[in-house]
Amino acid sequence: MDVRTEEFLAHVQSGGLVEAGDWMPDEYRKRLTKFVEMHANSELMGVLPERDWILRAPTLQRKLALTAKIQDEAGHAQLLYRIVEDLGKPREACLDDLIAGKSKFHNVFHYPTKSWGDVGVIAWLVDAAAIISQKALLKCSYAPYARIMRKICWEESFHILHGRDVVLTLVTGTDGQRELVQEALDRWWEPLMMFHGNPIPADDDPMVHWRIKSQANEEARQQFLEGYVPQVWELGLTLPDPKLERGEDGIWAYTEPDWEKLQAVVSGNGPASAERIAFRKLSRAEIDWVSRTVLAEAA
Amino acid sequence: MSVFEVFRRERAGAPMQHAGSIAAPDARFAEVYAREQYGRRGESEALWLVPRESIDEIAEFVDEFDLKYRRVDGYSIKERLKEARQRAGTLEG
Repeated sequence: MDVRTEEFLAHVQSGGLVEAGDWMPDEYRKRLTKFVEMHANSELMGVLPERDWILRAPTLQRKLALTAKIQDEAGHAQLLYRIVEDLGKPREACLDDLIAGKSKFHNVFHYPTKSWGDVGVIAWLVDAAAIISQKALLKCSYAPYARIMRKICWEESFHILHGRDVVLTLVTGTDGQRELVQEALDRWWEPLMMFHGNPIPADDDPMVHWRIKSQANEEARQQFLEGYVPQVWELGLTLPDPKLERGEDGIWAYTEPDWEKLQAVVSGNGPASAERIAFRKLSRAEIDWVSRTVLAEAA
Repeated sequence: MSVFEVFRRERAGAPMQHAGSIAAPDARFAEVYAREQYGRRGESEALWLVPRESIDEIAEFVDEFDLKYRRVDGYSIKERLKEARQRAGTLEG
């Protein structure tokens, strides 16, 4: 490692911040770009499972709230791709790589949604899991990313409210409605437990080393379990893991997820991966004339 | 596409602060995007859009002559205040 890189590393490790125009080592730029791009892809792909439910939302109020959530997520993707662009990768290249399967997006967006219960569980628990990671990113050494995360976290908090409201309505409704939530929870628990990634110790995590991330994967998962399992249980719902239990030390025990399966899912082999990527490809082709027209007019 | 920097005032009396940037084909689109990104929940009471290329960044502003009297650290009064109090007989404890 050269002196300049060593100084940079010492700077970020001691809490120093980096701005867009600052010099940064290639490794830092590469890791950061890949990370933010994956985040942007996830926001963009994350709207697809919910989009399926706009036309099937049970009331006008829910339809509007869901549409607003989708607008938020699409907006987050825009803001995050801007960060990536300033790091040197054009947005077009990101969108090309996404449909070519060369870049990744979060595991939870590789799964199908089967009922309105899934919509509630996604907005409540997937967004809750996401906000835990995103709050930790407020301390990211790359300041433009950390700043945009403040706006994103603020908007995510509305989604959790919306999701919890949907779930509460269903569990206080008919037996059939309650069943929808329970089934959705059973389906989503495995992907939720995988969401924060394998329990790699913070000291071995290169993302923590460069202070792009400041939280270990397992720490995030424990925070999620501590915050949300009791909230699920108090509604009389169950979670499909017999080992799930809070230890006397406050650490949650659970069945170890299959990390190879997680790798396979995020590499494009999840149950809905192909369909989602195909849809993205289709909509990109369908709206191509819009961007061409707009750019031609502006020129 | 051009990049526009967005500044927002959160509430009356607050300073304009950098909010983020947006990419847009022209100023009209930039206005729509800025409104949607930073105004739709009533979180801003004023928005400014600035084309990135019109920003002049001043690269260096070093205090070449170390003009300490312009800074707080140019005034270390603690020791002398103590001495003055001693002479005046007002030093406590």
